[in-house]
Amino acid sequence: MSLLPSVGQPVSRLEGQLKVTGRAQYAADYSIPGLVYGYVINSTVTKGKIQRIDTTKAMSLPGVIQIFSHVKRPSLAWFNLQYADMDAPPGSPFRPLQDNKIIYNGQPIGLVVAETFELARYAATLVEVEYEQEAFDTDLNANLSNARTPKIGMATMLKPPPPRPKGNFEKAFSESLVQVSAEYYHGTEHHNPLELFATTTVYEGAGKVTIYDKTQGTVNSQLYVANIFGLKYKNVRVIAPYVGGAFGSGLRPQYQLFLSVMAALELKRPVLVTLDRSQMFTFGHRPPTIQRTRFGADANGRVTAMNHAAIGETSRFEDYTEVVVNWSHMLYPADNTLMQYKLVELDVFSPLDMRAPGGVTGMHAIESTMDELSYQLKIDPLQLRLINYAEKDESLNRPYSSKELRACYVQGAARFGWEHRNPEPRSMRRGNKLVGYGMATGIWEANTLPARAEAIMTTDGKLHVNSAVTDIGTGTLTVMAQIAADELGLPIQDVTFSYGDSKKPFAPVQGGSFTVSTVGSAIKTAGKALRKKLLRIAGKVGDGVFKKLELDDVLFENGRIALKNDPLTSISFVDIVAANDGNPVKVIKFSVPNVLKLKKYSRAAHSAAFVEVEVDEELGVINVTRAVTAVAAGTIINPKTARSQILGGMVWGISKALREETISDHHFGKYMNQNLGEYHIPVHADIHDLDVIFVEEKDDIVNALGAKGVGEIGLIGMPPAISNAICHATGKRINHLPIHFDNLL
Amino acid sequence: MNNFSYIKAASVQAAIDQSTAGFNVKYIAGGTNLIDLMKYNLTRADTLVDVNRVQENKDIIEMENGGLRLSAFATNAQTAYNPLIERRYPLLSRAILAGASAQIRNMATNGGNLLQRTRCYYFYDANVPCNKREPGSGCAAIAGYNRIMAILGTSESCIAVFPSDMCIALAALEAIVNVEGPEGSRSIPFADFHRLPGDTPHLDNNIGQDEIITSIDLPAKGFSKNYSYLKLRDRNSYAFALVSVASGLDLDGDVIREARIALGGVAHKPWRVEEAEDFLRGKPANQSNFRQAAEMILKGATGYRHNEFKIELAKRAIVRNCMMALNPATQLPGAQPSV
Repeated sequence: MSLLPSVGQPVSRLEGQLKVTGRAQYAADYSIPGLVYGYVINSTVTKGKIQRIDTTKAMSLPGVIQIFSHVKRPSLAWFNLQYADMDAPPGSPFRPLQDNKIIYNGQPIGLVVAETFELARYAATLVEVEYEQEAFDTDLNANLSNARTPKIGMATMLKPPPPRPKGNFEKAFSESLVQVSAEYYHGTEHHNPLELFATTTVYEGAGKVTIYDKTQGTVNSQLYVANIFGLKYKNVRVIAPYVGGAFGSGLRPQYQLFLSVMAALELKRPVLVTLDRSQMFTFGHRPPTIQRTRFGADANGRVTAMNHAAIGETSRFEDYTEVVVNWSHMLYPADNTLMQYKLVELDVFSPLDMRAPGGVTGMHAIESTMDELSYQLKIDPLQLRLINYAEKDESLNRPYSSKELRACYVQGAARFGWEHRNPEPRSMRRGNKLVGYGMATGIWEANTLPARAEAIMTTDGKLHVNSAVTDIGTGTLTVMAQIAADELGLPIQDVTFSYGDSKKPFAPVQGGSFTVSTVGSAIKTAGKALRKKLLRIAGKVGDGVFKKLELDDVLFENGRIALKNDPLTSISFVDIVAANDGNPVKVIKFSVPNVLKLKKYSRAAHSAAFVEVEVDEELGVINVTRAVTAVAAGTIINPKTARSQILGGMVWGISKALREETISDHHFGKYMNQNLGEYHIPVHADIHDLDVIFVEEKDDIVNALGAKGVGEIGLIGMPPAISNAICHATGKRINHLPIHFDNLL
Repeated sequence: MNNFSYIKAASVQAAIDQSTAGFNVKYIAGGTNLIDLMKYNLTRADTLVDVNRVQENKDIIEMENGGLRLSAFATNAQTAYNPLIERRYPLLSRAILAGASAQIRNMATNGGNLLQRTRCYYFYDANVPCNKREPGSGCAAIAGYNRIMAILGTSESCIAVFPSDMCIALAALEAIVNVEGPEGSRSIPFADFHRLPGDTPHLDNNIGQDEIITSIDLPAKGFSKNYSYLKLRDRNSYAFALVSVASGLDLDGDVIREARIALGGVAHKPWRVEEAEDFLRGKPANQSNFRQAAEMILKGATGYRHNEFKIELAKRAIVRNCMMALNPATQLPGAQPSV
């Protein structure tokens, strides 16, 4: 009896029990003998210079060990490149404690190291800092005239600039029968994962450190630390088996990593630096962005002209970019397009990828505009998408590796009951509540990067797989074990996966929905190589039935290799390993995507989101009462963890549409609601009936697994679907996010 | 956090003795606000006197005048779910459950609820001006992001709001606050307990330095037939009110014998306007009369750049809430929001 494949099974998270019982150790959870604690001092001004920093009072407290600052620090690397991590945008990366310059509010300017966290935090309040303040600017809206084209760099490879203009937009737009133009805005948002950023650095002596870091890339942190502190790569080990959410905030090394390593190397003691919740607002964030769309259509509803222009915030020191304006022409085949993307430099920290960066921003504008167009044309919004359905990616004139978006529309609409929608705004109600139906499309690129993986057959016939990749809570551990299990025909119980350790084979940062594709492919490649190697060894055993056979000639099942045409003739993995002089059989493989083949296709996951809202007619109170998201993302490796990803994305969509915003006060150049009491993310009472559909999608191009990532796609369609539903309910179109109930009074 | 001494008091008198004997002493009960303030280094105390172990006076006592006496040391959750409160003062129960989260209500005490500080962003940021935190430094909220701030009873030195839900119901119910201190005990009518900011916004209320709230008296009249608490906020739980309304009606058929209406989220203290309640006396309970009362209650309201909406919102909320009070079954049970 052959085993059911593990891929496709709703396997529960392998580490789930450890997490819910508190046994999973996060970066700040390691009790190491002699551990000392660092607390960061942050700038209280937005721009200027530190004139004086007086640590006398703080240093006099018993138990305070050292206070680092720009005047009290080891000599550090000097070249920008040495501070550039794998996700660094073009520019000069931020260098903590480099000099006396203050370039943003909340900038780390010192680190107090003490015997306890509480003492370090108290001592930090006694450090006296005098600043010379300079004029600053943090307001995007007030600086739109300074918008400029972003610089190009390595990061641009995964974030292509806008596609070239096509046709003659201005002419086509002015001549189009129906025209819609609108402006969209969302402010700053912060990632706010539950786990606070923390790093525990253990000084091992002789220029060697072991680092427990909150990160989305163990190798990224390793390279960063080695480069800055002049350590050998092999002497820097970064471990991060559990990450309590990150959502992009861990794609770049954060300043607590730098400070913890610096202090540990200087003091030759283990140092834990953990940020508090308000300090979680002192680094990357989703940038505030202003967008303008102008779409024109003909009488049949065909979109003929599309202009999408966006202006995003960046820092003075790096050009952080997002893909905001590239999506509409991937989805809708207009003949005349004009896509523009610019940046405004402000006195803030560099923005940072936050779940569905750019995608959720751009699609909010695009899908709201399409909705508005549907009213002007008097065509059902779903029908309008079908009229403008792109069979290929018109922006690059190439086919999709697969695209089952139409099935998403059809199945999502059916599950939701879209046909019950009365097209007239304000026409549906329940008691004193207006009811609205809204829908929107989602799209997110399916990328693959190179990665390595190791596969080992142990003496007891079990499979062990290794990768440096993290699991940021998405279910990576479980999914990788499933993929590996199927490669060797083993039950998942016979597979262990070691990960979250820079010592393991290389994996890029975990993000962009490319981890399953990237690391999964590497594991599949390594698994196949291990099969070959096992077969080769089997050929040397006994009477040589397996000699000179190819993989196609045999089956790997039930812990054995069997002849395909004579399954009773078989040899166990245990016997094969025994024949390998009793040594575990190991392979390490580097999996590199076939760029030449992939370049011929656009590769993307798609979704259709359908939302019902209730709006209190007099008070404006909004509730998302129902939502259905149908997703086409190729093979779903694990329907349970994938569904959780989509549900999480949908909740985030509700949050982005109706709840979360970082409140800025530009008089002070700072954020005002730096805690989870006032930075509103949804509570249980905000979340009602959510439903997820995965439509069948076969993709032989995207990777050997046929799988696209699902980390971002669940979020992308939700904000526009919600604002479209609100418009349908109330007749009011609110083009800024989040929408507050008082906007509807 | 500064080092501080921590003492458990076994009785009210012992707590007061500790407070008068020490320097910069604060009482701590649930700690749901005080601990935050100390962590942010906004409040400093040399000694905390823990009053959770105060043995006397923890139960609800039925008084001879037909009212109830609530212990100041009971938790918000104990109070909200107490059968006597649920039956005789459902308005109070609902208001408490509209506040905070289940976890916080399990810790927070009734006395502490009255003494919580504002949640004004500028009050919580030690690096910007705030007259409430640092008298004389200025008010950054007036020209800043003031969506959550007050529209009534503001002053040039402060536009912060008092954040409690429970106290809005207590104001409507005309509760009495009993305090004890070195000079003995006294009773403060609820309307006189909290202060408007004026030019002393650092003073939230009229309790003395070493005084401690021991109990809260609820008068006999509980408006248990016709009541409603409506809270409008940015999420359905664990968010402070932008506007809240407590309504209690005593009806004779369709005619109002007595009405109580208190507003939260709009001022430095629970907001009541007797003129509006007098207006409703003897009038039919209907939308148009409630709207007229709402206009009176909001008389003199001034919006700032981001909170202008609160004026019309409050009026609509008053009308809706009074209409809901006519049929309390329109409210969802427990902590669920009614709209």
